[in-house]
Amino acid sequence: MKFKIALASATILAASMFSAASAADLTIGFSQIGSESGWRAAETTLTKQQAEKRGIDLKFADAQQKQENQIKALRSFIAQDVDAILIAPVVATGWDEVLQEAKDAEIPVILLDRTVDASKDLYLTAVTSDLVHEGNVAGKWLVDTVAGKPCNVVELQGTTGSSPAIDRKKGFEEALAGKDNLKIIRSQTGDFTRTKGKEVMESFLKAEDGGKNICALYAHNDDMAVGAIQAIKEAGLKPGKDILVVSIDAVPDIFQAMAAGEANATVELTPNMAGPALDALDAFLKDGKEPPKWIQTESKLYTQADDPQKVYEEKKGLGY
Amino acid sequence: MSATLKAYAVRLFPQVAALAVILLMVSIAFPGFFRLEMQNGRLYGSLIDILNRGAPVALLAIGMTVVIATKGIDLSVGAVMAICGAVAAAAITSGHSLAMTLLITLGTGILCGLWNGILVAVLDIQPIIATLVLMVAGRGIAQLITEGAILTFNDAGLIFIGSGSLFGLPMPVVIWFAFGVIVALLVRRTALGMLIEALGVNRRAAMLSGVSTGVLLIAAYVLSGLCAALAGIIAAADIRGADANNAGLWLELDAILAVVVGGTSLLGGRFSIAASLIGALIIQSVNTGILLSGFPPEFNLIIKAAIIVLILVIQSPRAQSAFVFLSRARASEKKTAGEAK
Repeated sequence: MKFKIALASATILAASMFSAASAADLTIGFSQIGSESGWRAAETTLTKQQAEKRGIDLKFADAQQKQENQIKALRSFIAQDVDAILIAPVVATGWDEVLQEAKDAEIPVILLDRTVDASKDLYLTAVTSDLVHEGNVAGKWLVDTVAGKPCNVVELQGTTGSSPAIDRKKGFEEALAGKDNLKIIRSQTGDFTRTKGKEVMESFLKAEDGGKNICALYAHNDDMAVGAIQAIKEAGLKPGKDILVVSIDAVPDIFQAMAAGEANATVELTPNMAGPALDALDAFLKDGKEPPKWIQTESKLYTQADDPQKVYEEKKGLGY
Repeated sequence: MSATLKAYAVRLFPQVAALAVILLMVSIAFPGFFRLEMQNGRLYGSLIDILNRGAPVALLAIGMTVVIATKGIDLSVGAVMAICGAVAAAAITSGHSLAMTLLITLGTGILCGLWNGILVAVLDIQPIIATLVLMVAGRGIAQLITEGAILTFNDAGLIFIGSGSLFGLPMPVVIWFAFGVIVALLVRRTALGMLIEALGVNRRAAMLSGVSTGVLLIAAYVLSGLCAALAGIIAAADIRGADANNAGLWLELDAILAVVVGGTSLLGGRFSIAASLIGALIIQSVNTGILLSGFPPEFNLIIKAAIIVLILVIQSPRAQSAFVFLSRARASEKKTAGEAK
């Protein structure tokens, strides 16, 4: 009995000490979709890094692609009375109820990388990239690079009907609008994969006079570009010189290709969504400053001039 | 001998005819289609692309034919491809020699086949369910191996399997062709093929006549696993990396389709590996043809489906008997016309 009391008082003491120590620090819950792609793995790594840098206690929950797991994670965060919640929602709908619960508990929720179909007052802000803008940046680079010379472009689209494929195509076409020297001569889906990117590029090369008729390749993601670069090499042409290569995402492998002179440019879809999100949260908690409902991340353009080997080394360890 | 050759010709005629028609259609849509040239010591052209890109499905179709002949089905081949690609990439990047890597990878494929075979033959689970287990779990296993990322490698030997060339042909073509010939000889120059067919038609009767059906069933799934391992190595070597999320995705369906287009019944029994291989080439010709023709990507699947429905309708028993009926009617018409004169 004595022992039990001693134990209980020790626990209470320890608990009170602990809460006193962490009162100044924030506890934040992060519900991640899963790790279906290298980019998402990098997003998880960077979110953890950002939290550590700021001394935030991050509670991480992997939903393994299931909304029910995310809703469970959110409820558990609310029960633990965390200071804020970050969530990368797996689907757009079905969030109203759990977001309302978070709002009732006065816990701000920040959406990362994707948005939801719910009333805007149910979350603090959404941090995402602008897919149309990404395509636009890639297109502008090409317009500036060819500088008025005639140029036939082939396009490797993402999975047909997916929003990145639609928006990145749209943005690129907007950048090319009115530039008569640039023409998209072939456009086909490569399903965002290396294998399909290579296969489709092979057929483009055959169909356009062994590739002599092609001046540039625009791929909706880097993986397809990496596959296409191999196809161009196997056709006896020099990627990066005979055919310019511009793509989107900025995964490590494309920097290796850029360092070897085989790719020309990539537009970054930054995996650091947590940085701007935590900045906004900080300002909100300290000064009560409401952030805008949408925070757009930077779509940074990388070219061969940006020391691709160094960027590759930096990105390599992020879990891409 | 000429009788067997004639039997072969009759058996393969519908598939060869379908392939010829499709190639002709593509060449109309894209005039330079049949052009072949030598480049860097290897043949280069759209026809070679079809043979090369069709390699994974052709390899899977070899194993799938034998499994389907036993009245089974193997849904796990796409996932096994992903596992084996991941294993190959992991082995080579952790410093194993090429021979060791290939040994480990093929061993993994055999192990996967053994798992399926034991579920089907020993535990008597229906093949579609038994192999569904590995289809679902396999991709997860592959992701565990690659840790969710694309695991890249730079080993010249392994890359050679994907994009090197032998006798002027891309390596994948040499591999699937040689493997197809070996398996076809193995089942047709021995009694194995007949035993498999007996097992597929009636397992109980085959067992009562002294066929060791259990061993044969397991062997069929092991062969399928081995084929998937080869396909997985080729797919990974082709892009110099193991993509656990996408390698072999939905290819089990293409392999089944190749077997069906090849005229082997899903109810088991008689089978032809050559016909399945032509079936695989038909599917790849459609894919390549669509890419060359320059249609917008939204049409890809519709065109592919329409062509395949057409082939299957022409091959269906009803259509076949209608052809026979029509040709007989015409022949007798001619005959009566001749007699009337």
